[in-house]
Amino acid sequence: MNEMTTIARTTTLKDWETDQEVRWCPGCGDYAILKAVQRTMPEIGTAPENTVFISGIGCSSRFPYYMETYGFHTIHGRAPAFATGLKLANPNLDVWIVTGDGDGLSIGGNHTMHLIRRNLDCQIMLFNNEIYGLTKGQYSPTSRVGTTSPSTPYGSVDRPAQPAAFALGAGSRFVARGFDVSKKLPEVLKAAHAHKGAAFIEIFQNCIVYNKDVFEDFAAPKGAEDRQLWLENGEPMLYAKGTKGIALDAEALHLKTVDVVDGDWQTAGVIVHDVTNRSVAHMLVEMPFGEFPMALGVLYDDPRPTFESDVWRQNAAAREGKTADLQGLLKKGQTWTVTEGGPEL
Amino acid sequence: MATAVVDEAGKRQSPLSDAVVVRFAGDSGDGMQLTGGQFTLSSALAGNDFATFPDFPAEIRAPQGTLFGVSAFQINFGSSAIDTAGDAPDVLVAMNPAALKTNVPSLKQGGLIIADEGEFNDRNLAKAKYDANPLDDGSLAKWQLLKLNISQLTMDAVKPFGLGNKEALRCKNMWTLGLALWMFDRDRAPLVDWLNAKFAKAPDLAAANIAALNAGHAYGETAELAGPLKQHHVDPAPVAPGLYRTLTGAEGIALGLVAGAQLAKLPMFFGGYPITPASAILHHLSRLKEYDVTTFQAEDEIAAICSAIGASYGGSLGVTSSSGPGIALKGEAMGLAIMTELPLVIVNSQRGGPSTGLPTKTEQSDLYQAVYGRNGDAPMPVISARSPGDAFECAIEAVRIAVQYMTPVILLTDGYIANAAEPWAVPDLTTYEAFPVEFLTEVPEDGFKPYGRDENLKRPWVKPGTPGLLHRIGGIEKEIDTGHINYEASNHQMMTDIRKAKIDGIKVPDQIVELGAESGKLAVVGWGSTFGPIHQAVRRKRAEGADVSHIHIRHIWPLPANLGELLKSYDKVIIPEMNTGQLKTVLRDQYLVDAKPVNKVSGQPFTIAEIEAAIEEALA
Repeated sequence: MNEMTTIARTTTLKDWETDQEVRWCPGCGDYAILKAVQRTMPEIGTAPENTVFISGIGCSSRFPYYMETYGFHTIHGRAPAFATGLKLANPNLDVWIVTGDGDGLSIGGNHTMHLIRRNLDCQIMLFNNEIYGLTKGQYSPTSRVGTTSPSTPYGSVDRPAQPAAFALGAGSRFVARGFDVSKKLPEVLKAAHAHKGAAFIEIFQNCIVYNKDVFEDFAAPKGAEDRQLWLENGEPMLYAKGTKGIALDAEALHLKTVDVVDGDWQTAGVIVHDVTNRSVAHMLVEMPFGEFPMALGVLYDDPRPTFESDVWRQNAAAREGKTADLQGLLKKGQTWTVTEGGPEL
Repeated sequence: MATAVVDEAGKRQSPLSDAVVVRFAGDSGDGMQLTGGQFTLSSALAGNDFATFPDFPAEIRAPQGTLFGVSAFQINFGSSAIDTAGDAPDVLVAMNPAALKTNVPSLKQGGLIIADEGEFNDRNLAKAKYDANPLDDGSLAKWQLLKLNISQLTMDAVKPFGLGNKEALRCKNMWTLGLALWMFDRDRAPLVDWLNAKFAKAPDLAAANIAALNAGHAYGETAELAGPLKQHHVDPAPVAPGLYRTLTGAEGIALGLVAGAQLAKLPMFFGGYPITPASAILHHLSRLKEYDVTTFQAEDEIAAICSAIGASYGGSLGVTSSSGPGIALKGEAMGLAIMTELPLVIVNSQRGGPSTGLPTKTEQSDLYQAVYGRNGDAPMPVISARSPGDAFECAIEAVRIAVQYMTPVILLTDGYIANAAEPWAVPDLTTYEAFPVEFLTEVPEDGFKPYGRDENLKRPWVKPGTPGLLHRIGGIEKEIDTGHINYEASNHQMMTDIRKAKIDGIKVPDQIVELGAESGKLAVVGWGSTFGPIHQAVRRKRAEGADVSHIHIRHIWPLPANLGELLKSYDKVIIPEMNTGQLKTVLRDQYLVDAKPVNKVSGQPFTIAEIEAAIEEALA
């Protein structure tokens, strides 16, 4: 979110679509995300000319070409650095970063970390498909152990990174999760945009060619209520139509699932979601799927001053009362004047 | 030509008509750079022309007394034009055995050694790998030796201020400076003012340092009666009247970038990452916020350039700076700036390479990297600065080309220029022609083409936030005019040709001959910081009647249009470079001239004598 949002403008989905042919594989989860974003933008109410989509390299990073906004398709992993320079140059722009698990966590992990640490005001959409799609299917830093791929014919052996945990560990003030075809994705995007600061959104995305249905265990519509925990601020952490909830095992200091009888979640000890509770957020991002449902929605949201606003404030303070007299600056320090009679101070 | 301070007979020579080279050498903790810097200022105030060469170890605090921990500062000052820091010192101040051992071989025969004998104890002698004390064993017989217990004399001088031993000994450099000021008949008052300002918060330290300075000076006065120590006066150099200051290359670059941004009427964004010897540019600029400068210390070299490109995309002048290893990391992003045709200035303060190489030593070995070092056909303008003052002009030129042609530009300087100081006539900014940038703000009559071009083949610069001009850019090959993704063979051929034609077509001034005739037997062609030694060597050889000219190239890419013809008008061309022959390769390739390399890759600048020898050989 930023000051430009005050320049509200009424737009429709069509206003956010480019004339460019979309070149993702038919059936790719990216189509659903693109539509969700294009659908969300009119609701946010910003103007396309004040919006910039910045991406790195990979399937997800083609995204800017399809948004009728300003767009910059940069180099592999570095989108956060371009965004930082752009936002420092013009803090009024509404900046969205589009990245993937390889782009944002492997080659660009360093920049993702520092962008989050500095808290640049922008939205980071990390499309996590747990695979390198554009290079034809190698395993990625988020692939599960044992993923067979062209580069790991005997299965991958390294443990996957957890994007949301990475973001929170890097100091993120906003962490959310969604998935490509989820109807709730626009709400997550809106919440991310409303957060002033670096808003990190992990979006599970189905790569139908190289990693098909890898998220089906929780994303499939059938049985979704048992496997998805949609977090709502101020609401108890309930799932399975209110028959189960998340509680704290106070002795072991970890989360546990509990049964809720007759809707009495209080007795069952179900936690009420407080988006500003960082300790609980740490547990939610680490909550293992299987034993637990997949935590989705806004896991954490607690803004603090943003990098570009602090930089601009400091610049303004440093400029206060000074004139930009460059000729004077050139003469600064110890100088001497040479006259016909020789030098003098 | 530099003259020995003391003649063979020990008679006073006054006034010294020409130039003197003094080298201060000590442990890296002895404050030699500070001493040298202040002596430089005093030379400036005495009206001498000068050039300096700071030479310090890569280690911040190398173990005390070791050979690799020696830090030295050389200054060449004189009453006529000074182009280099001097070949061989006339005076060597050695604060410990290690400093003596590493520096005395370059001292001119008959030159003066001033050694702090208080530091020549068994421990320090062992660290410097001396079997016997050189101050006593006669091994320094071809020089004049003045042994002084500077440590003790300093301790005595600062005794009234109750400093601890360690703090008291820190004043040694001021004692030494005081002696040097006396030797060259310099005024102490500016140094006293400087010490009072520097230690404003610790008046005791100020007083102690001033006392040490005065004591060193007084020692010179009283000791003059006997021994090799003599006072000499070097006349002011005939320089044009005007306002002068000392300028290092890093200052020249920083101020030139600010001036360039102002002439372009743009805010400046500087993305940097700490690296020796380029960091000083970041330090200078981070204090200049009131000049519409934003500095950003990025997480790495790649983020530094990418943030600068992001800022340029947003309508600022993006600038980044580094040294060889960091420039290597920036290569991919440079390609993106070429592809997206955004203005950007990339400063490379070259140092010894490859890899980490010699971080604090100077070299010119990144010319290939600058001209050729990117994937794909990725042409980019390259400019090189010859001196600190020239760095100011080159930075403005780099900004001008970047914004007038929408292209990244590389500005080459080196560790020698970055750290060295020279007197600089403060320019009058009103004499510089402004080149204000005009952003495209509305749809032109014939429609908006993000990759449409003007007569310079420059594409329009549109700031995000501008209504009606929404478009997307990126690193994938662009379609002519529209900038859409386009993989077609013919389009790629045309776009590659256009990118090349745009850079080839950059208007750069014709090459001039610095010294000598526009044709003849021999041209000595240089670039960058070799200017000084080449210029002096050619001047001396011409004075002896040799048919030799000096050509110094600022615009490495594109090269000046007349350069090929000019080079062909000489019988022979030699190219001294602090690398294994990189400009030589470029010129041979471009003009089929039989240019011969003269190379030095020792981390040290050329001496004048080395260039003279190369000229003699070429003319033989």
